[in-house]
Amino acid sequence: MLHTVNKSPFEKNSLQTCLRLSQPGSSILLIEDGIYGALKGSDAAANITEHMQERRFYVLGPDLKARGIDKSRLIDGIEIVDYDGFVKLAVEEPKVQSWM
Amino acid sequence: MSDQEASQTSGVIKKFLYVNRRAPHGSNYAQEGLEVALIGAAFEQDVAMAYIDDGVFQLKTDQDTSEIGTKNFSPTYRALGDYDVKKIYVERESLEKRGLTQDDLMPLVYEDEDDDWEEKPMINLVTAAELQDIIEQSDVVLNF
Repeated sequence: MLHTVNKSPFEKNSLQTCLRLSQPGSSILLIEDGIYGALKGSDAAANITEHMQERRFYVLGPDLKARGIDKSRLIDGIEIVDYDGFVKLAVEEPKVQSWM
Repeated sequence: MSDQEASQTSGVIKKFLYVNRRAPHGSNYAQEGLEVALIGAAFEQDVAMAYIDDGVFQLKTDQDTSEIGTKNFSPTYRALGDYDVKKIYVERESLEKRGLTQDDLMPLVYEDEDDDWEEKPMINLVTAAELQDIIEQSDVVLNF
């Protein structure tokens, strides 16, 4: 299943809840303000690093670029996708759950 | 009109503090806050900006919205100095929590008319304790 998160982890608990309620093996795509969850060295980074083994993490490139976040600032192991990649993930996975 | 009434309708300068706590592109708050602050400054009020919590992301360098189809208002922050806004306070704790440093923020400057128009940095990193005093000493606090 594909889970998308579009809220900043510093403002809302959408990412935390997504990680709590998504099964191992899920794909998690961070979009819009959700991309701030991918920042290396932030207080929220542990959310993702603790789940890196059993989930795949993606972040939407155009949303990173809009917010001035370079790929060098991301937690290692997070894959950047473009809009085509987003569509591909949505098609590949049987369902999409949006954590807003 | 009495002198007292006249002084209330013209020439009164209040200390305005615009508190910005939202990230820039996920909602309209950031852009609206910036525009309202510029309007306040155009009325020759004493305007200061505070960036707290996700608001610090508004000042991030290298923002480029060309791929998300929204207006890139990030360069507008550079106009604050032209509108005589000289004080931008960024809460140090908010930056650190997000893994950012001052080098991640746009190098905003104003020209100091009292010092031969020398360009001076506008951004002041302040602690929460310092920000408490700044908020307390403001006449009007507006939140975005």
